[in-house]
Amino acid sequence: MATVSIVVNGRRHRVQATPDTPLLYVLRNELGLHAPRFGCGLAQCGACTVHLNGEPVRSCIVPVSAVRGQRVTTLEALATGKSTHPVVQAFIAEDAAQCGYCINGMIMQSIAFLRRNPRPTEAEIKKALNKNICRCGTHYRIVRAVQRAAKAMA
Amino acid sequence: MTQITERTLSRRDFLKEGGALVVAFSVPLSLGGVARASSTRAQQIGPASIDPSLIDSWIAVKENGRVTIKVGKVELGTALRTAQMQIAADELDVSLDKIDYIQGDTWVTPDQGTTAGSQSLKTQWANGLRHAAAEARAVLLSLASQRLGAPVSELVVTDGVVSVKSDPAKKVSYGELVGGRRFDVKITGKVEPKKPSELKVVGRPVKAVDLEAKVRSRHQYIHNLTVPGMLHGRVVRPPGINATLVSVDGFPKRIEGLVKVVVEKDFVGVVCEREEQAIKAAQTLKVTWKDPGGVPTHDELFASMVKQVGTARLLAADGDVDKAMAGAAKVLEAVYYYPYQLHGSMGPSCAIADVRGEEVTVWSSTQGVYPLRQAIARMLGLPARNVHVIYVEGSGCYGLNGADTVSLDAVVMSKHVGRPVRVQWMRPDEHVWEHYGTPMVMRLRGGLDAEGNLVAWDYEGWQASRGGRPGNVGAANLPTGYLIGLRLPPRNVQAPRFPPLGADSSNTQAGYLPDEDGLVANTRVIAHTVDSPFFTGPLRSPARIQNTFANESFIDELAAAAKVDPVEFRLRYIGDPRLAHVLRVAAKAAGWEARPSPKRSTGGRIATGRGIAAMQYEGSDGYAGTVAEVEVDRRTGKVRVTRVVVSHDVGIIINPNGLKAQIEGNVVHGVSRALKEEVQLNRRTSASRDWESYQVLRFTELPEIKIALINRVNEPAMGSGENAMTAIPAAIGNAIFDATGARLRRVPFTPARVRAALR
Repeated sequence: MATVSIVVNGRRHRVQATPDTPLLYVLRNELGLHAPRFGCGLAQCGACTVHLNGEPVRSCIVPVSAVRGQRVTTLEALATGKSTHPVVQAFIAEDAAQCGYCINGMIMQSIAFLRRNPRPTEAEIKKALNKNICRCGTHYRIVRAVQRAAKAMA
Repeated sequence: MTQITERTLSRRDFLKEGGALVVAFSVPLSLGGVARASSTRAQQIGPASIDPSLIDSWIAVKENGRVTIKVGKVELGTALRTAQMQIAADELDVSLDKIDYIQGDTWVTPDQGTTAGSQSLKTQWANGLRHAAAEARAVLLSLASQRLGAPVSELVVTDGVVSVKSDPAKKVSYGELVGGRRFDVKITGKVEPKKPSELKVVGRPVKAVDLEAKVRSRHQYIHNLTVPGMLHGRVVRPPGINATLVSVDGFPKRIEGLVKVVVEKDFVGVVCEREEQAIKAAQTLKVTWKDPGGVPTHDELFASMVKQVGTARLLAADGDVDKAMAGAAKVLEAVYYYPYQLHGSMGPSCAIADVRGEEVTVWSSTQGVYPLRQAIARMLGLPARNVHVIYVEGSGCYGLNGADTVSLDAVVMSKHVGRPVRVQWMRPDEHVWEHYGTPMVMRLRGGLDAEGNLVAWDYEGWQASRGGRPGNVGAANLPTGYLIGLRLPPRNVQAPRFPPLGADSSNTQAGYLPDEDGLVANTRVIAHTVDSPFFTGPLRSPARIQNTFANESFIDELAAAAKVDPVEFRLRYIGDPRLAHVLRVAAKAAGWEARPSPKRSTGGRIATGRGIAAMQYEGSDGYAGTVAEVEVDRRTGKVRVTRVVVSHDVGIIINPNGLKAQIEGNVVHGVSRALKEEVQLNRRTSASRDWESYQVLRFTELPEIKIALINRVNEPAMGSGENAMTAIPAAIGNAIFDATGARLRRVPFTPARVRAALR
């Protein structure tokens, strides 16, 4: 066990962890940030997505030691603070959740995608989310939410 | 046995602690997801049962006038919580935002069995919550009548405040009438709930009450919950489903934080201080197993299933099938196959158990806190009342996923370490050890006379099953129980026998058969249940999606043989007007072009077609009609479902928004199951261990969707969790046939199977 210093949601934290511990467990169990969720541990489903320097990564396979000195952002910073990100607002407006377990990943992926492609077509949105799995079948509402967010941010 | 005292919910206690008592037993969200340590109530157990005949078991009114509903039907991600609150809001005349909700807690909520089978709204409408709420309102009005000195007929209720019609200044609130106190009144069964015309909240599209919390990640999932002093456990499952433990051989490197390696017969688990330590321990523990293999492929399984009698039931025997077949101008026979499929929950199953001597607390995303309580009690040899099971929402389950099994895993580990243990499965644990949806083989024969009339229908089906939901058999029917050495008695082998039992709830009988008001004169239906090598359990539309795939494909084959339009042919044999209606509505909404299938080939690489299917769910729980439109790539065999149209009749609609979400989910899930989902088997176990080896539908594969809701306000509410999914594989198979003339009789319709059918 070592002390690792990481910057999450703009704050520096010193956490106890072995260096190879996936970032996900540190976020959830040490920092109490529960938006990123364990889905597969294999970077296949997207439920654990966070932003690393603004880019989506799957925190279930990123060792905590690899994020030293870099900016980690979780959905909490975009959805539970004073201001709510337009993508989060759009997911609420479109009722884009059933069980909600995958939604963290859908939102984090969409935010990064819309930054690169602010005026996407429906097909581009679907392609951007193709490596995120949802089992409830909330897909239609998720796509509509991303379309709504794109409009709101235009 | 140590002395254990029951915590009785006396009137005095209730007065002393006020309405807060009911909340204290639920997971205290205010503590940021830290559940109450059970040590603070050592040597206390809860009530043996919650008396469902008391209003207090369902409804509580706080001093501030807020109403708490206490229900045994739990939120599984289907917005059931919201719909239940809508029902209560209308019956009690309070606004939705004044209602609190407690679900699934063996100390608090009445035993309503499992939240499953699309039965929950149906139940709460027909005889559960709605009636309890109506009775509570009647008591409140009677108390108000005394207080205000006006007859009940002169009273009106506005958002929990009762006032006199002629003198609105005379008023009293629910909180003033009973706030913080018990009703102490039995449910009479004589109070009529409101008429449909009086409903204001029911029928309105309402956003799921927990939607925003879910999106903002403030929602409490079982995966987020912690208990003081909690340890982390992981299971080490055998490498093959028939493997047995030889020895546990330790770790190659010291495991930091290791508390215990738990071994009970073939059950192996590791318990550590921290989660990542438990994961590492489970991954590196050296274990020697003996694995005899012997797990069949799907082909071998199907071949062996049909040779078995198993437990057989004769469900229908009308007219004389054999004579009618012998006299038929044309007899068709077809065999349909449906494989093991996964629930495949996004979040691997998770639970916390705290076993302290003879007192057990379990936090679980089980669909049934009472049946799970029973299984745990039987497994540990304790009275059921010593086990307190508290529901906490998990990842969507779609049926019997790993939620109950992981709860038992946590119980076993906690028992061995004497501290609360949180167990979460890893992805392969979920994929390999959840209760799979059952494989089925369905053989159908049909007879057409010289004019193309359907004169005989003969169904024989085989379903392979193992284990199932927890309950009175203890834990033997779940993987944990099996691994610790519990065994179920062998299956009761029984030949089908007279008299016929009538329709079961598994859509075994198609809507064309007399038991379902159908008009085919000569019918026979025999259903076998045989052994499965894998654990199985209800998966969204269990056996219903399989049977409907067979029945609704076969009627299409008969229509094609008779050279009649598939809608017209079906309508000739449907007697139930609501089933006929969903069929017509779906066809109309899709712009159905009446003609026989298959469509005349236009050549070219991409063939397009449309198919239809319809059914009445479980014979009594809603109707759906489905039209699927497909593109088939003749060269690759790849099928693209371009559009799905659903007509949907579940009686009175409680929440059109929630209902549409369910239908959308059913469509995506149904198309996924029809085109892609199949557990891959090797000789030892399942080779589908992750999302690469078990493929599901992705965003780029979504069909367009069109929904036609039928609202029958004077008909009882029925389920919608599975209705719209059930006819989808058949509708897609029929569309592929329409496009290409090739009949797909085995789910899923993979490119290889489509290519083979096209040859």
